[in-house]
Amino acid sequence: MSTSLKGENAPEIAAYNFAYLDEQTKRMIRRAILKGIAIPGYQVPFASREMPMPYGWGTGGVQVTAAIIGPEDVLKVIDQGADDTTNAVSIRNFFRKVADVETTTETARATIIQTRHRIPETPLREGQTLVYQVPIPEPLRFLEPRETETRKMHALEEYGLMHVKLYEDIARHGHIATTYAYPVKVEGRYVMDPSPTPKFDNPKMHMSPALQLFGAGREKRIYAIPPFTEVVSLDFEDHPFEIQKFDRPCALCGAEQVYLDEVLLDDRGGRMFVCSDTDHCETRRAAGHVGELGAKEAAQ
Amino acid sequence: MLSEQIIGGFSSPVFDAQSTFRALMDAFARPGSIHAIKAGTQPPPSLSAGAAAVALTLCDNDTPLWLDAALQGAVVSGWLGFHSGAAVAATPADAHFALVADTANLIALDNFAQGTQEYPDRSTTLVLQVASLTSGEPLVLEGPGTNGMASLAPTPLPRHFIEQWKQNNARFPRGVDLVLVAPEGVACLPRTTRIGIVRA
Repeated sequence: MSTSLKGENAPEIAAYNFAYLDEQTKRMIRRAILKGIAIPGYQVPFASREMPMPYGWGTGGVQVTAAIIGPEDVLKVIDQGADDTTNAVSIRNFFRKVADVETTTETARATIIQTRHRIPETPLREGQTLVYQVPIPEPLRFLEPRETETRKMHALEEYGLMHVKLYEDIARHGHIATTYAYPVKVEGRYVMDPSPTPKFDNPKMHMSPALQLFGAGREKRIYAIPPFTEVVSLDFEDHPFEIQKFDRPCALCGAEQVYLDEVLLDDRGGRMFVCSDTDHCETRRAAGHVGELGAKEAAQ
Repeated sequence: MLSEQIIGGFSSPVFDAQSTFRALMDAFARPGSIHAIKAGTQPPPSLSAGAAAVALTLCDNDTPLWLDAALQGAVVSGWLGFHSGAAVAATPADAHFALVADTANLIALDNFAQGTQEYPDRSTTLVLQVASLTSGEPLVLEGPGTNGMASLAPTPLPRHFIEQWKQNNARFPRGVDLVLVAPEGVACLPRTTRIGIVRA
């Protein structure tokens, strides 16, 4: 037992450095972040570390957050828009423990927002940093498995293959059927994977006042979009980029023009559509907005 | 080893490096904006406290450093070596970072590592000590992070800086990035920033 090794009056010895990572690792990640900001959309290789959670649970985002976070930051973590799912709760608790920082679920109060697969509905402001957890950072990977080749394609700005892929969507389905991880071109140069966010969120990346950082732990890549940077979703003149549209508002708060999740209510086909962004939905309900099912609940 | 090579590092290495990095990250993200460096250092003469803080924040034994003529000598390289572990680079093209005290007489930017087309991140980041970021000839900045237009008035600048910077822009995605350190704080010019001059 570790406690038995300690003397009665031995001072508390910290078991880990502030924000978990050692200082040399933070410097390495910080250098990669600065390069990423200087070359928007370019994937900077970095020496990703093992974290106390498995790959695929946001180790890239966690390492980026750990490298930038300070005692004055307020951290929000979301998973598919929700603050209260396992991944979000455990990462929030992780940073509360290893960095002793304040955490919040309110988008407007947070200085750093770590996210898996969504951008908050509340518009971000200058000075905020959005940290994305990225599974596959290379947008060309499923079209060309060899890293040597994709790197060459980025070097030569040779993105014809990506347009062929989108064209094949149109040939097969009559429209571009890619709905998430929809490729974007950053500042007219690099084609970039926005991580598996729904394409609904792509327009929010364009000229965002917030700094956007992307960390892929297993694939060992960091990339970035500085604030106020052009981010254009790839498309064709006769098949322009379009985001998902929902034919009904949120069942709980009545919000329109937000991204909705489908929730099954019973085994007889009952279902409802609710805001994927839980903070947005709660804020609206607290302000008195009521949706279709929210109204029924109140009436009962 | 001289005592002046040993004293004067970060008093709180973890938090001083974090606050300096955030100033740098914000300065990189919004070119033209000036961010105060709160962490105090007492480096040997000719190396400024701000440039020293930037070096201690980013450099270690993985990052060869190039020092300009004004900084060359046992005292500065000894201080940086003791506090950061960074070795001195043999040539500017080998350097991950360059520290420059005599910015007006800097060698041409294309002497430094520019990265490759495949790995444009393998380039030198130059840390230039300047007297002021606000009292020089105003530069108009455009590009990512500037929200249309930003400005900065650093002085002194390297010779033929505007022309050199245009060439640096033309090498994109290759190219060097600049960190300008003055007593009032730090401002950055990443390779994406385009510069114009205001003519009165």
